Amino acid sequence: MVSSSVPRGQALEPEVRRDIAAMAVAVGVVGLSFGAIAVASGLSIWLAALMSLLVFAGGSQFMAVGVVASGGAPLAALAAGLILNARHLPFGLAIGHLLGRGLAARLVGSHLLIDESVAFALAQRDPERARRVYWISGITFFVVWQPAVVLGGLIGGAVGDPAVFGVDAAFPAALLALLLPALRDAATRRAALTGGAVAVLTTPLLPAGVPVLLALCGVALLLPLPRWARGESS
Amino acid sequence: MTVTTIVLLALGTYAFRVAGPLLRDRLRLSEAARRGLAVAATTLLTALMLTAAFTEGPGFAGWARPIGVAVGGVLAWRRAPFVVVVLAAAGTAAGLRLLGVP
Repeated sequence: MVSSSVPRGQALEPEVRRDIAAMAVAVGVVGLSFGAIAVASGLSIWLAALMSLLVFAGGSQFMAVGVVASGGAPLAALAAGLILNARHLPFGLAIGHLLGRGLAARLVGSHLLIDESVAFALAQRDPERARRVYWISGITFFVVWQPAVVLGGLIGGAVGDPAVFGVDAAFPAALLALLLPALRDAATRRAALTGGAVAVLTTPLLPAGVPVLLALCGVALLLPLPRWARGESS
Repeated sequence: MTVTTIVLLALGTYAFRVAGPLLRDRLRLSEAARRGLAVAATTLLTALMLTAAFTEGPGFAGWARPIGVAVGGVLAWRRAPFVVVVLAAAGTAAGLRLLGVP
């Protein structure tokens, strides 16, 4: 009944909290590596921290720092980062109702919208539970990301490449685990795998971020087939 | 990288983020549209997952990563705990790299 704008202290099941904690560890490792790489690329630790606080989207942060480090103009870094983050718009449309009713909840909750919090929320069936999982996972990742970036910047090169620990494989595997329940539905699976294939195949050809947006063409497979094309299947 | 670039990137990103939650109530969405949006989000995440598993920059990521992800995926499919999935994927990729698989 207490469905006010801010989540109350209803506890999540220990399993969900453990899953969020596992993802948070991976987020922390990537944060360490972002801090180290940002400082190594000539960004001050303050700017790295400011960026993490205000942008809070790992992929675009690495991208912007990388573009500038390789001699690109700030405008190019901005454009590359924004293209990468455009997917947050359809994410927000899909899960916007989970943030809560009040304007404050939507304004604050929107900043917690990252791939990982969306994936955790979408993996829940019950909307009330999805809302709690969205908030708790989003806040957890945000709170872990900030100090990890600062720490990474302080430690510097000693952080090393996260690929050595296989963190680069941990992220897609975690996403896959969260997506499996939704992918059990045949129509969803068809759309998602078609879109995913388009994204992978166009990645060598297009700027980063665009292939993932192109994946949305897979959703067209949800549209009903014209009568003549409806065969024996389904 | 200047403060201006960072603030502009933050503002643009926030605009993308907040647009959906603010628009969602104003649009009177049919059941089919709502389902379409959920499938769209799943499709985007699947595309992110697959591109993260297979590609690095414009090229192939090497075999260690997708094999690690596949091991994690099989475990997840067999309903292994999430923590096990994540650790097995990371461990497989890291182990393969120790063995010299790129």
